[in-house]
Amino acid sequence: MLHFEKYERPEAIEEMRRNLGLDKPLWVQYFDYLGGLLRGDLGKSMQDYSPVGQQIFSAFPATLELAIYSMIIAVVLGVLLGVRGAKKYNTLEDHSIRSFGIITYAIPVFFLGMILQMMFGIYLRWFPTGTRILPTMEPYGLRIGGIYLSTGLYTVDSLLEGDLVKFVQALRYLFLPSLTLGLVLCGIFLRLTRTNMLETLRLDFVTAAKARGLKDNTVTYSYALRNAFLPVLTMMGLQFAALLGGAILTETTFSWPGLGKYVVERINFRDYTAIQGAIVFFGLLVALVSLAVDILYAFLDPRIRL
Amino acid sequence: MKRIRQSILGQLVPGLSSLPRRGSAGWITIIGFVIVVTIVLMTLLAPWISPRDPSRTDDRVIAIPPSQGFPLGTNHLGQDVLSRLFWGGSIMLQVAVVSVLLCLAVGVPIGLLSSYAGGIPDKVTSLLMDSIYAFPGLVLAIAIAATLGRGVVNMALSIAVVYIPSYFRVIRSQVLTIKELSYTEAAESMGAKRRTVISSYILPNVVPSIVVVATVNFADAILTAAGLTFVGLGVSYDIPDWGYDLVNGRALLPSGAWWVITFPGLMIVLLALGFTLIGEGLSELLNPRLEQ
Repeated sequence: MLHFEKYERPEAIEEMRRNLGLDKPLWVQYFDYLGGLLRGDLGKSMQDYSPVGQQIFSAFPATLELAIYSMIIAVVLGVLLGVRGAKKYNTLEDHSIRSFGIITYAIPVFFLGMILQMMFGIYLRWFPTGTRILPTMEPYGLRIGGIYLSTGLYTVDSLLEGDLVKFVQALRYLFLPSLTLGLVLCGIFLRLTRTNMLETLRLDFVTAAKARGLKDNTVTYSYALRNAFLPVLTMMGLQFAALLGGAILTETTFSWPGLGKYVVERINFRDYTAIQGAIVFFGLLVALVSLAVDILYAFLDPRIRL
Repeated sequence: MKRIRQSILGQLVPGLSSLPRRGSAGWITIIGFVIVVTIVLMTLLAPWISPRDPSRTDDRVIAIPPSQGFPLGTNHLGQDVLSRLFWGGSIMLQVAVVSVLLCLAVGVPIGLLSSYAGGIPDKVTSLLMDSIYAFPGLVLAIAIAATLGRGVVNMALSIAVVYIPSYFRVIRSQVLTIKELSYTEAAESMGAKRRTVISSYILPNVVPSIVVVATVNFADAILTAAGLTFVGLGVSYDIPDWGYDLVNGRALLPSGAWWVITFPGLMIVLLALGFTLIGEGLSELLNPRLEQ
């Protein structure tokens, strides 16, 4: 019971309990919830009685967009630095790259976010420090007849609309949050790429390619990295869960109106149905992504299909 | 128990004194130890070394940059940032210690017993552990902490639930190998009891990995505790805490008061870094084959 409910009329509380179905026995409530889940119904919010499912779906595109760009930054940065470290094994450059990887692992994502906000947002004023876009700049998406088709991803919608100004604005707002999350996640890709490349660079086919006189970069990126990349792909699937966790903190830091911010706000209202719904949604999402990665894996590595 | 103690002491104590001779991995471990010990000592000695009362507010000195009187400046309530730095680690350290102990107390026995027993019990626990493992850790911790309410033990519990599967997985993979080794088989065929086999033949060989997992877990627990505090599920606003100082410092950010967040944030980074370095160094020292 919330603290203000002590002063509430008993009939009002009774009505609220009936509205939310809390007057039924616990096991009935549980099966009601499971039944609803099968139909995609996550129940009603305890705070405003509106369907949790709808709230989650309207907040999700923001999180998805942030997740996609952070993952791109994390993988590109991690793989490039990892390859570099493996090629310069045991030199000063390699050691600095490794230390960078360890530090990104130890830094709380919201602290990094605040530091970046302070540097690029407040002192240099290069990038905005919060929210997704100015309210007047919201892209509508593709216009077919009188209807707008939109994905909810602002960078995609603005391109569909054909408005480059909006696209650049959306990117500017995305930059700091996705850089923050990307930097924190890149350490694990860096480490993985580095160890895998160290092993792959020692294999015979790499030596053979070098002996044939191929360019150093061709050998590294088209021969060795292709083989060292598969574990990185698996890790992308596994890291998706960590990405969602990081998104909660990043969104709160940057007032990014996604699922993470939604969860945190609802925690403060003790809106249990909303929290529960978001968690079920996160779980489903992680399961789906793992499945997708497994399928992709079989597609990329023919050995799996044999 | 004696054998386990011997195995821990037997491997760790000579190991510690020989660290400087073990190359870069040894030095990484030493640096990690120095960082962690310094921060723990600082927190323990806080009542004697901090220049001011960390909780005393003073509206005449609000958000003053680092200066003579306040070496690290003051925050939005006029509290001394340096004194709060000395005091602020206690909650985080307590939460980390309790959660690691919980993980050890639950994860290790479950890992040993279920993977030694094999069959259906092993399948069921593995399934359960894998499903927790696959879940976004922070999301789960937030959900549990939000349900349990505030407090050091509750926070530690919500973190422990998230990290028990990592112990389980490491222990299970090792037990499955050791179980098949000839000396374990020999002990079993000579009529050693199940308890003896697990505690005297299997556990001592798993201990090094448990030590590595536990150190890395310390770093994770600290970061998760900071994250929980950041979303408003911390222990108490009244106790100085680096996590809360970061949250409160956000309000001063637009005015450019960098000192309010930078110092507590760096302390969290240092503490997590210390444990990460120990874990990194130890795992290299204990599995020499990994880094060749």
